[in-house]
Amino acid sequence: MEAAALPAALQLVASGDTGLSLEKRAALGASLLLLQRDYRFERVWFWGCIQGVRGTYYIAQGLGPDLAAPRSRLYSLNCAEWSLLPPATEEMVERAELLTGRFQGDPSFEYAYAEVNAEDDENFQDDGKELTIKEENRLVATIEQIDRAVGIIPRRALMKTPLGSVHENRSFEGLSLTEAKKLSSYFHFTEPVNLKNKTLLEKADLDPSTDFLDSLEHDVPQGSWTVQFEKGSTVVVLRSLLWLGLTFYHVPMTKQYGYIYCGTGEKNLDLPFML
Amino acid sequence: MAEPGGDPGRLPSEGSEPGGESHRPQQLEAGAASEYQEGAEETSYKQHVPDINFSQIYALGQDSHQAQEVSVYQTYPLGTQEPRGAYQTYGGHDRYQAYEREHGPYLPHEPGYGLYQPGYGPYDDLTPDPEQRMLACQNAKAYLLKSSVTSGLNLYDHLVNVLTKILDEQPTDPVDIFENISKDLKAAQFQKKMDTLRDEHEILPSFESAEMRRNLFLKSDGGDEEREEELGGIGLNRDETYLIFLALKKLVSVQPVQTCRFWGRILGREKNYIIAEVQYSEGEEEEETEEEEVIDEGDKRMDLVEDEDEEKEKSEPPKSTYKPPPVIPKEENGTGANKYVYFVCNEPGEPWVKLPPVTPAQIVCARKIKKFFTGRLDAPIVSFPPFPGNEANYLRAQIARISAGTHVSPLGYYRFAEEEGDEDEEGGGGRDDYEENPDFEPLSAFEMVESLSTWVHHVPSILKQGRCVWFNPLQKTEEEEGEEEEEEKEEVPDELQQEIGPPLLTPLSEDEGIQNIPAWTASLSPKLTPQYAVAILQSNRWPGAYAFACGTKFGNIYFGWGQKYSLGNHTPALPPPVQPEYPDGPEIREATDPTVEEELAFKAAQEQKALEGMEGEEEEEEEELEDGEEEDEEDD
Repeated sequence: MEAAALPAALQLVASGDTGLSLEKRAALGASLLLLQRDYRFERVWFWGCIQGVRGTYYIAQGLGPDLAAPRSRLYSLNCAEWSLLPPATEEMVERAELLTGRFQGDPSFEYAYAEVNAEDDENFQDDGKELTIKEENRLVATIEQIDRAVGIIPRRALMKTPLGSVHENRSFEGLSLTEAKKLSSYFHFTEPVNLKNKTLLEKADLDPSTDFLDSLEHDVPQGSWTVQFEKGSTVVVLRSLLWLGLTFYHVPMTKQYGYIYCGTGEKNLDLPFML
Repeated sequence: MAEPGGDPGRLPSEGSEPGGESHRPQQLEAGAASEYQEGAEETSYKQHVPDINFSQIYALGQDSHQAQEVSVYQTYPLGTQEPRGAYQTYGGHDRYQAYEREHGPYLPHEPGYGLYQPGYGPYDDLTPDPEQRMLACQNAKAYLLKSSVTSGLNLYDHLVNVLTKILDEQPTDPVDIFENISKDLKAAQFQKKMDTLRDEHEILPSFESAEMRRNLFLKSDGGDEEREEELGGIGLNRDETYLIFLALKKLVSVQPVQTCRFWGRILGREKNYIIAEVQYSEGEEEEETEEEEVIDEGDKRMDLVEDEDEEKEKSEPPKSTYKPPPVIPKEENGTGANKYVYFVCNEPGEPWVKLPPVTPAQIVCARKIKKFFTGRLDAPIVSFPPFPGNEANYLRAQIARISAGTHVSPLGYYRFAEEEGDEDEEGGGGRDDYEENPDFEPLSAFEMVESLSTWVHHVPSILKQGRCVWFNPLQKTEEEEGEEEEEEKEEVPDELQQEIGPPLLTPLSEDEGIQNIPAWTASLSPKLTPQYAVAILQSNRWPGAYAFACGTKFGNIYFGWGQKYSLGNHTPALPPPVQPEYPDGPEIREATDPTVEEELAFKAAQEQKALEGMEGEEEEEEEELEDGEEEDEEDD
């Protein structure tokens, strides 16, 4: 969520497990601005926190003018000093998916894991040795996974210019109450997968400048999002059940929205049993 | 274009023709007229003022287009709301326009009509010939004023609206959002057009909940706030905390409770739960237990009667030797897992609902399943093994498990009551009571965080059986016959072992972790001011359970989904194997019945055998007879 709107947003979203104390919030308010200045980001988002066994990582994202470009991610252990994470590559993401269990809380910790396929062996240079992955890489790969899977925005909040870059839509006035209840009013903020598979009839209703992303309607399994109105229907809060801890909030009929992840950084693979 | 000044004779008095579309003005040049005609034909069908004869107006010179504008303008009932003067800035390069605007061309129904005759203006004879450019402008404007058949708008009015809006609102970089503004305006126009029904004032659901919350405020006054929670970063935001506090107060005023505490919040798929932990003052719960007993006895009587009837009616089929495992009774209210009573509601302000006490069977089953809560207490739990109860029971079971696993207090806060029973007693019965220690000296937060041995559990853990105090199911057999008792003992000798859990007030350092993850994570917050710091423990076994301590105060709270942390994937219990059939053997093998011929043949064969046996004897008899006969013949 936007750094500038952080205090107000946390008020709306705090379901108790955000783990952001008064001290941290104050530190964030100051340090995120400094990040913006130092790294020359156009905007800074506070992404959330991943709780490790021995410590918690606080994550921030910096974006340039094009919102769809790869983002820079930074982490901190105390909300005051930030370190840049390496960009997430596909290979990193694949290897991180093999790991299970909690984060340790120590960025230099190395996980040892065994390979799965003989095919993978050929790709790696070390044959016969144990492959290790650093916690930093696992961290950035997890953040990338979460963003891809459950990073969402309301419909029409962003628009695509004819040149292909994605900008904030300044005419976005917020979703109405009825729209806010429906899952089809929210999009995944990532490369669309299902868009091409829509029928021609559906595509005719779409507006290519704003409907260029996948909506949440067809997420598998159905029911992996909970939509709730909190504070007496003044805020609509979506929580993901696939990545427990991701909370998205939006105040209908206003421009306020954002999401934050506060959890252990593990995918909930038991979801089909739990529904 | 027509001559300036025109023919004075060709005034409206000449006679008007209604709907001048078919009237082709002869005096106009063909080329110029045609374009006008098109515009006129398009719009003239909406004319309400047939008196204005276009042909005459054309003849009259430069003010003709103004009159046309006016008539066209009139045809749009909703049209643009700007005063006439606003858009007549078009073509403002002609100073004569300015003069005429003030009086405006009058329409028949207006009082000024007929006073100012076009062509008789003071400067008309001085007007220069309108050039081609003017004509082109007028043509262009007429084209812009053409209304679309589909939407009823025309581009001219629409552009006017868009520009007006932009000038009013003054957004930055309007050129980038131009299309959106245009689209929004069009949408707005449509809404106004079609809505002939009056909008019912929307009753938002937020109003109802706001009312509920307001009622909370009406009844109670202010109270304390949990600062430690806020410092530690746990806890809801201030508004919510306050509302919950008020709701708890309301609960206290309604129910006769001794202590009441906010236990935590459990998230659900449709709605969330807010849970209050309450301890009843003694004497209040007995009524309910009596009711339950009455119901049980009534059921038992019914069963007995039915059994007897059945026995009399049918000849008994062989009774199965299966005896269901004995039902382990739940713990008494006020002890063990049912020590506290829990009330839940979905939002602060809603009435509190009491959760039923938990039974061991429910706890045992809850350990095996993993389900999200939906937020409705009466929702069924569809799972395997089938959960005995609905969501209210499942919620209560999870609350019991969480409390047993994560409710901790600083070392020394509680101590055992003075009286102690023998340690040999089953279940360590004497160690159930604990009380606050008046001599409690709080350790600094730093020490509390450093080692886990400074925290102890103060809630008894739940045994595998599902209870806190082990119950021997074989004690029941005294009521049954002696033979059966012997049988059971032979069959299940292993279950007699008593289950013992860790005793009360054990420190956390003895909590097992999950693989290499310790059971608790400790942290200090805020880190920079250690003298005001709060020690916080997060449970890793039940993510969402927090314990915090600051000085003499401490608390336990839960915010989460109500699920235990499991490292591997959840594998639900498989259904039991299919029961085997009775083994095939010759005694049950069916053989085909012999047919009639076979039976006869068999009989015949049997008789033959018998005959053969007899013939042997008969032959001997016959030989004797024959000898006898021969002797008789010789005598004669």
